[in-house]
Amino acid sequence: MLSNAKLNEKIAFGLLRLAMGMVVAFVLVILYYIVSNGYSAISLDFIFSMPRNRMTEGGIYPAIVGTMYLIIGSMAVALPLGILSAIYLTEYAQPGRTTWTIEMAINNLAGTPSVVFGLFGLAMFVKYLGFGASILSASLTLALLILPVIIRASQEALLTVPKEYREASLALGVTKWETIRRIVLPAAIPGMVTGAILSIGRVAGETAPILLTGAAYFLPRLPDSVYSQFMALPYHLYVLATSGTNIAQTRPIQYGTALILLIIVLFVNIIAVSIRSHYRKKINR
Amino acid sequence: MSNRHLKEKGIESLLFASGIVAVLALFLLCIFLFRDGLLLFEAYPISSFLTETKWFPTSDPAHFGLLPLLLGSLIVTAGAIIFSVPLGIAAAIYISELAGPRTAGILKPVTEILAGIPSVVYGFFGLVILVPVIQRTLDLPTGQTALTGSIMLGIMALPTIISISEDAISSVPRAIKEGSLALGSTKWQTIYKVTIPAALSGISAAVMLGVGRAIGETMTVMMVTGNSAVIPGFPSGLFAPVKTMTATIALEMGEVPQGSEHFHALFAIGSVLFITTFIINIIANHIKRRYRFNL
Amino acid sequence: MPGTYDNGTEIEVTDLNLWYGDNHALHDISIDIPKNSVTALIGPSGCGKSTFLRCLNRMNDLVKSCRIEGKVLIDNQDIYSKDVDVVDLRKRVGMVFQKPNPFPMSIHDNIAYGPRIHGMGKKNINGIVEEALKSGALWGEVSDRLGSSALDLSGGQQQRLCIARTLAVRPEVILFDEPCSALDPISTGKIEELILELKKKYTIVIVTHNMQQAARISDYTGFFLTGDLVEFDRTEQIFESPGEKATEDYITGRFG
Ligand SMILES: Nc1ncnc2c1ncn2[C@@H]1O[C@H](COP(=O)(O)OP(=O)(O)O)[C@@H](O)[C@H]1O
Ligand SMILES: [Mg+2]
Repeated sequence: MLSNAKLNEKIAFGLLRLAMGMVVAFVLVILYYIVSNGYSAISLDFIFSMPRNRMTEGGIYPAIVGTMYLIIGSMAVALPLGILSAIYLTEYAQPGRTTWTIEMAINNLAGTPSVVFGLFGLAMFVKYLGFGASILSASLTLALLILPVIIRASQEALLTVPKEYREASLALGVTKWETIRRIVLPAAIPGMVTGAILSIGRVAGETAPILLTGAAYFLPRLPDSVYSQFMALPYHLYVLATSGTNIAQTRPIQYGTALILLIIVLFVNIIAVSIRSHYRKKINR
Repeated sequence: MSNRHLKEKGIESLLFASGIVAVLALFLLCIFLFRDGLLLFEAYPISSFLTETKWFPTSDPAHFGLLPLLLGSLIVTAGAIIFSVPLGIAAAIYISELAGPRTAGILKPVTEILAGIPSVVYGFFGLVILVPVIQRTLDLPTGQTALTGSIMLGIMALPTIISISEDAISSVPRAIKEGSLALGSTKWQTIYKVTIPAALSGISAAVMLGVGRAIGETMTVMMVTGNSAVIPGFPSGLFAPVKTMTATIALEMGEVPQGSEHFHALFAIGSVLFITTFIINIIANHIKRRYRFNL
Repeated sequence: MPGTYDNGTEIEVTDLNLWYGDNHALHDISIDIPKNSVTALIGPSGCGKSTFLRCLNRMNDLVKSCRIEGKVLIDNQDIYSKDVDVVDLRKRVGMVFQKPNPFPMSIHDNIAYGPRIHGMGKKNINGIVEEALKSGALWGEVSDRLGSSALDLSGGQQQRLCIARTLAVRPEVILFDEPCSALDPISTGKIEELILELKKKYTIVIVTHNMQQAARISDYTGFFLTGDLVEFDRTEQIFESPGEKATEDYITGRFG
């Protein structure tokens, strides 16, 4: 005979297991549908050729190129800014009103919806600064979007560098900045790289901000300057799935595009996680 | 010596300048967003914006009523939260209290995959797979409903809720749990009478951040909710199409002339959205800061 | 007080008081530390030995809540006066910590780190590394693997590496904060020998909780108790006929 408490426990744990099972099932079902329907569409030709026949045939090359440009552009801005900002916050900032304000701004930027960043990018970069609907506007908008992610990841990486290294260097009569540059930063680089890579996944997948700042429905040519409009993978998928010329006929292309996006994002995540665990092991040795 | 001193000071100033970039960005964001948003009220009364029940931006005269869109966002978010909060918390309890370290080590990255999937892929999955299922099983005229959006958003909010709740539950000191077990309570009694109450503020922060994420999500809802700007009933509205604030901005911005009334109306919607998530973030971070145990 | 010293005085501390927030951790410490000798600081844990030591190279500047009053003269210069550059001071007053803390780089780079940054011996960095490792009594053990990671060395070797790293920037004073507390007896013996060798060229201040160690290697000993310097004298004096009851109780183990 089970006591009441024991029975309750059995039921409760059963429900917890069920919940966990459902969460895992969501992951598997989503991955299953995209992968099983997408993989037959993917080929070298699909990746490296232009769309043909009003995007009902051919590949997604310009969308891949556009997404690469966005990644490069936004990282080039956000990475240095984010790392320097994290260095300031962890190594120099004194607790007080200024630091509180910075922390609050970062938290709120992190929680601001991406479509709001899109509006901001439209108002400031596209219109006010006159960059137009372009790679430049979209990259800058995405850079601001991932800035908090990079700052937080870099701060975390800096905090894992043992205090002993800093003390040892300072005790040799080395200045604070030289200590940071030669001892702290090299030790924190793997963690920072992890954060940077994770935000690549974010840039690759964001749609709403680029939709407002320069992504094009279709372009016959690749972009030739930072002021050009561009195609990008997530927007391409959206367009094909909701307003393409022939939505049903282009299903395979849609699945293929979704799978490519998923591969980029998951691949990037796996790399980031393995870099992190590799270096964690090394430090704990 | 003074040379080196100058260099150190110079570098510190440079770092400070980068440090305040986030503040500057937030400041500029507010300025540009609110400026274009407020321009709406030169021609269109703010009272109508806040109380009108119609969003007919292209009719003559145009109606820019916030309510259908705001309520659309709220109903989709509410549905998502009702579904994902219990599920997420249960999964978090499972990971931190029942699963062994190895299982937990697998489950955590698996749930994080959910955080990595781009929202447009969720939207695509919802549109192609879930929409027909909803239509058939509930026998509705269309499967593009608030409920569909809620389910997809709920799934998307899960990783946020799970990871932060899990953090909060794991940080409940072992001594507190052992104290309860030593009194002869079962593991489950300990979990729901001791551990969960102790982790409650952390879990609430997780829920708030989940709400913030859901309310700001754009692509997914835009692809699965049908986008019809009507004031939804509750709960009947769950089974009909709705239009959220985010979807309205993303859908309509492409078609409006820059500087028009409609253009400014979309910025006004964006401002409302920003203020909403801003408040949610402040509350969430406030709760989060308090839950750390001082042991 | 032991009076004047044969080799002269290196460090003169007068009425030093230190607070961590509201915690008054050092009270009116006055002490003259002799040149080219070993001065040991003993006392129960938490009595302020490390805190005092860290005043001598201003490492306490890093602690935000820390406030200091009083005078510390090194070579007749007040190290807390405004025109003193902390960075230069720390170059002159080196420090070896309780836990060996080599940088995660090669043995060679660990030693070369300081001299390179200070622009010393640009051409002959290998010579500087060799000399420092020899003075640190480590050269024989590592000369064939200077390129391998310092983290692969044993604890005792790591600590000697840290000593050699400090020597490489040519300090006048070396502060040791319980350098052997994490080491086995054999490694401890090697480091004690090394310290006795080093005192010919450097002024050494060592914090230790090991009284035998203080008796074995030091010329002078100071006894700290709850933030006070209770007694300071020649080591034989302290150990054979201490002037204070508290010192005697501590040394004979009748303490707490
Ligand atoms: N960084 C610090 N911040 C605040 N208090 C400290 C700090 N370091 C030491 N203390 C306090 O100062 C007192 C002396 O500590 P310490 O100098 O480390 O003693 P010892 O080295 O003799 O064991 C103790 O009460 C300790 O708690
Ligand atoms: Mg100590």
